[in-house]
Amino acid sequence: MTTHANAPARIGEPLSRVDGRLKVTGHARYAAEHPVADLLYGWVVSSGIARGRITAIHEDAARAVAGVVEIITHKNRPDLAGSDSAYQEQVSPPGKPFRALYDDEVQFSLQPIALVVAQDLETARYAASLIKVEYEAAEHNTDFRAAQAERFMPSKKRNNYLGFKNRGDVDAGMAQATHRIAETYHMGVHVHNPMEMHATTAVWENKDSLTLYDKTQGSQNTQTYISNIFGLKSDNVRVLNPFVGGAFGSGLRPQYQVFLAALAATMLERSVRVVLTRPQMFSHVHRPEALQAVSLGTDASGQLTAIRNEATTSTSRFENYMENVVNWGLMAYACPNAAGDYTISPMDTYTPGDMRAPGAATGMTLFEIAMDEMAYEAGLDPLEFRLRNYSEKDAMNDTPFTSKALREAYAEGAASFGWDKRSMEPRSMRDNHELVGWGMATGMWDAMFQKTAARAKLSANGNLVIETASSDIGTGTYTILAQIASDTLGIPVDQISVKIGDSSLPMSPIEGGSWTAASAGAAIEATCQSLGKKLLDAAEKVRNSPLEGAKFDDVVFDNGRIVSKADPSKNVSYGEAMAAAEQGSLEAEETVSAGISGMISQMRKSRNTHSAVFAEVKVDEELGVARVTRVVCSVAAGRIINPKTARSQILGGVVMGIGMGLHEETFVDHRIGRIMNHDLAEYHVPANADIHDIEVIFVDEPDPEVTPMGVKGVGEIGIVGTAAAVANAIFHATGKRFRDLPITIDKILE
Amino acid sequence: MNRFSYHRAGDIAEAAQMGAEPDTRFLAGGTNLVDLMKANVERPTRLVDISRLSQNTIEDLPEGGLRLGAFATNADTAYDERVEQRYPLLSSAILAGASPQLRNAATNGGNLNQRTRCYYFYDTETPCNKREPGSGCSAIGGVNRIHAILGTSEACIATHPSDMCVALAALEAEVRVQGPAGERVIAFADYHRLPGDEPWKDNTLQPGEIVTAIDLPADSFTENYTYLKLRDRLSYAFALVSVAVGLKMEGGKIAKARLALGGVAHKPWRVPAAEALLEGQEPSADLFAQAADAMLQGAVGQGTNDFKIELARRAIRRALRQAAAGTPQSQTNKQVA
Ligand SMILES: Cc1cc2nc3c(=O)[nH]c(=O)nc-3n(C[C@H](O)[C@H](O)[C@H](O)COP(=O)(O)OP(=O)(O)OC[C@H]3O[C@@H](n4cnc5c(N)ncnc54)[C@H](O)[C@@H]3O)c2cc1C
Ligand code: SF4
Repeated sequence: MTTHANAPARIGEPLSRVDGRLKVTGHARYAAEHPVADLLYGWVVSSGIARGRITAIHEDAARAVAGVVEIITHKNRPDLAGSDSAYQEQVSPPGKPFRALYDDEVQFSLQPIALVVAQDLETARYAASLIKVEYEAAEHNTDFRAAQAERFMPSKKRNNYLGFKNRGDVDAGMAQATHRIAETYHMGVHVHNPMEMHATTAVWENKDSLTLYDKTQGSQNTQTYISNIFGLKSDNVRVLNPFVGGAFGSGLRPQYQVFLAALAATMLERSVRVVLTRPQMFSHVHRPEALQAVSLGTDASGQLTAIRNEATTSTSRFENYMENVVNWGLMAYACPNAAGDYTISPMDTYTPGDMRAPGAATGMTLFEIAMDEMAYEAGLDPLEFRLRNYSEKDAMNDTPFTSKALREAYAEGAASFGWDKRSMEPRSMRDNHELVGWGMATGMWDAMFQKTAARAKLSANGNLVIETASSDIGTGTYTILAQIASDTLGIPVDQISVKIGDSSLPMSPIEGGSWTAASAGAAIEATCQSLGKKLLDAAEKVRNSPLEGAKFDDVVFDNGRIVSKADPSKNVSYGEAMAAAEQGSLEAEETVSAGISGMISQMRKSRNTHSAVFAEVKVDEELGVARVTRVVCSVAAGRIINPKTARSQILGGVVMGIGMGLHEETFVDHRIGRIMNHDLAEYHVPANADIHDIEVIFVDEPDPEVTPMGVKGVGEIGIVGTAAAVANAIFHATGKRFRDLPITIDKILE
Repeated sequence: MNRFSYHRAGDIAEAAQMGAEPDTRFLAGGTNLVDLMKANVERPTRLVDISRLSQNTIEDLPEGGLRLGAFATNADTAYDERVEQRYPLLSSAILAGASPQLRNAATNGGNLNQRTRCYYFYDTETPCNKREPGSGCSAIGGVNRIHAILGTSEACIATHPSDMCVALAALEAEVRVQGPAGERVIAFADYHRLPGDEPWKDNTLQPGEIVTAIDLPADSFTENYTYLKLRDRLSYAFALVSVAVGLKMEGGKIAKARLALGGVAHKPWRVPAAEALLEGQEPSADLFAQAADAMLQGAVGQGTNDFKIELARRAIRRALRQAAAGTPQSQTNKQVA
């Protein structure tokens, strides 16, 4: 199926990225690439210790460098908002948000402690290297195992922390079980490392207003954050993020570079750019470290009788970051007795944050390794074991799902993978001298919906502009919004201009949680429908209108014409309609939200995406080398607006999941509380050679109830469970169970 | 990055003169030096660009060897037909390293002189004897997954990260250098050094000396060789352990054996006794195990790199098997042969 830019696109078509050409030709500008006159450059100086006080900053040598304009530290920064609440934004967990350059306190290694501002980047960088800092170091801890001594459950929970519900009597369920397992799993810190470094170009307009080109997943969130801190009117702070070079959650909270750029710009009354270095990308947000203890029991037939799912994740000392880690294990499978426990363990690091499928990528993945162990303990094929414990409803909340085509996802995934040819016994499959292993896992994520507004304007020449403040973090937002508008109004994609990534546009939430396609998509659809109604009204004004008396549902909008469904010969072009109504253009603006009834329905029904992931590994046991040679990811995610961009999301998630299984790992020197492999040469994400065939399947899952368009979102589900499928495959290949991710060469060798 | 002046050298003699002055560095492909300057580890006040000098060709030597110009790129060297046919071990080792983009920029001289990837060496907030003599070695007792198990000292446990050099060690190449005092030739085994109590010295070059060429001897391994590299992902990562093997087989016996290890020491690691042990023998699992043990005589782990001793032992045995069987490791098919 190919789509021609000069014909209207349909929802469900694999439309290529409308911004693809801009990106590959370098015309898409990222935060640090917007040209600004008289720009100054800021270079961040980072702390060498993990905790303590700054006792002296020797900056004379740096100040003496020609071209240095200012060195900003806690000593000379201007007065700023004093209350914590001014620094809290949509995504902040409870606590005292970090304030860069606020005082002499150091709370984590690589904390920004000075900003050198100069005429050009190299001068700033050089001057920064001349600054000498003296500290009074205090004791710190970055060792998660040691942090267990301090783990706790905060009384004030994070907004989107959903908690979990226990059911039945787990002790009794365990006692009655024929087969049991009880194991603890570990996953270390992951760092988001999007390709584009965090960067901000702050354009100083006048003392009341600022324009910021920022790497963020939410321009309006940054807008609120900056206006609160700097006491500016929100309308006078404009944040733009037309293109974002990946983020994976690292751009949900404003990072310190945007604060520093705004600080320097307002202080110096000049435009300032701040770009972090790759090592500095290891100084802020990251996926928390996790320990998860899972006990499972089944009866003789393999029916689960008890689930205990307990986890702790790391947080900073100044904020209580929490994730939904244990709920997945309690929701996914039918079992009368299930209980969870969750705590957080503070360390001297920056606050962890949401990273692709936060909570589920950890909690569901580790739980799915336990499920594999249980299957083997009960003597059942891992897929058969899951089917035997399949839950039609959300087993934790005892609520039905709006839809759950996981059974179909298992079936189609297994068929395509050839799962039925698997032999159960570990170490039973070989390819020459390599052991072959096949593993699988279930994935789960939320299908969320957020209040979003949009605006559309149709000109007499047939060109349509659609607008919402949403972001495109590389996911394809531009493309699917154009596609939805094109389908709704019958206008070719090349006549549609999509405006997003600008805080001055209609309200849109941060791009996260996989809710953008569902939410911004619905807002665009509603707005275009509203515009369609206006067009129909206008068409009635045409003399002897062939559409006289036609209702909205009686017509279709096709290729620039309003056409009667009953008699396609009766139609009016948009131009004729607008001329008849004496309108040079037509506009509509709509806001979609779950509303009261939607919220009640949200409580009564669970909304989730599901997946079945199958992985093949080949292991050279003598040398400890494991290769993932095949993955099938079979996804039930409601309606797929664009199978091409959706597939890309799953591919990316699977690649990241393979990295989680085999590669991604931070090495912390606990003596100094610092991640030492803080660059991409030594922090390993999969390279091309590590990735082989990945097949993505979207099973049919019509769900008119989940969100207005029946869309569930696909940005995160691809990572969930993938690492478990890999780990389970390695068990099948080698007979060795790995409970600590990533599974590196040294572990397999042991 | 500090301020520096940039000078493009007209010829080797001029470059050597300038290079002998303090705080001067030679710039070749820049893939290592520029990174280190950005990290503020190297702070030269002057860069002498040698990348456009004429020693960038690959020439046959009269006695049958091959001369690799120091300024020829790693890519041009690896894909040179004579290298591919007469020195496939070298070609394979080069292609096991870095990425195509880096190999296109990196030069042979730069590859020899690239510096360690020790995490602490790169991070100026931490003590490091190699970067700042006398400040201490943070890797000892710290994170040392990529550090040495052989030939370490109390001052430094860093490794030399090159793949190419491991093959050059096994091939017993010679390094031609020219300095203010003239030309000399250094046997490859003597080019890099162990850290001892002067870990800031990676090699035996004297101030101002420039590598002008690498000479490969006529005698090579074209049938029974392999370069086996083990790392934390299947491409684009430095070796945890690598093994270069060249064997000459005669009548079912090993007539000549050359072995070198990468990723395990401050220089490509050779043990003549291990080679002697193989020579005159028929290949066997036992023999290879003995050779592996001999190669690793005296190996000590540093904590997080303890596993490398066993990994190296197995890698040596496998590489010997590959070489003896004439099934060298492919650098594109990531299945270990
Ligand atoms: C991300 C990354 C991954 C890499 N992976 C690998 C890998 O897997 N395996 C591997 O082997 N390498 C790897 N490399 C290293 C790469 O091979 C080296 O950076 C490269 O060979 C250096 O060559 P150059 O010409 O760029 O040297 P430069 O950076 O220009 O110079 C390096 C040093 O050598 C000195 N120098 C250069 N030429 C001469 C000369 N002729 N005489 C005397 N001194 C000289 C310079 O003064 C400088 O000190 C990797 C590099 C990067 C950045
Ligand atoms: S191992 Fe060598 S390079 Fe690394 S910290 Fe120690 S002295 Fe420095």
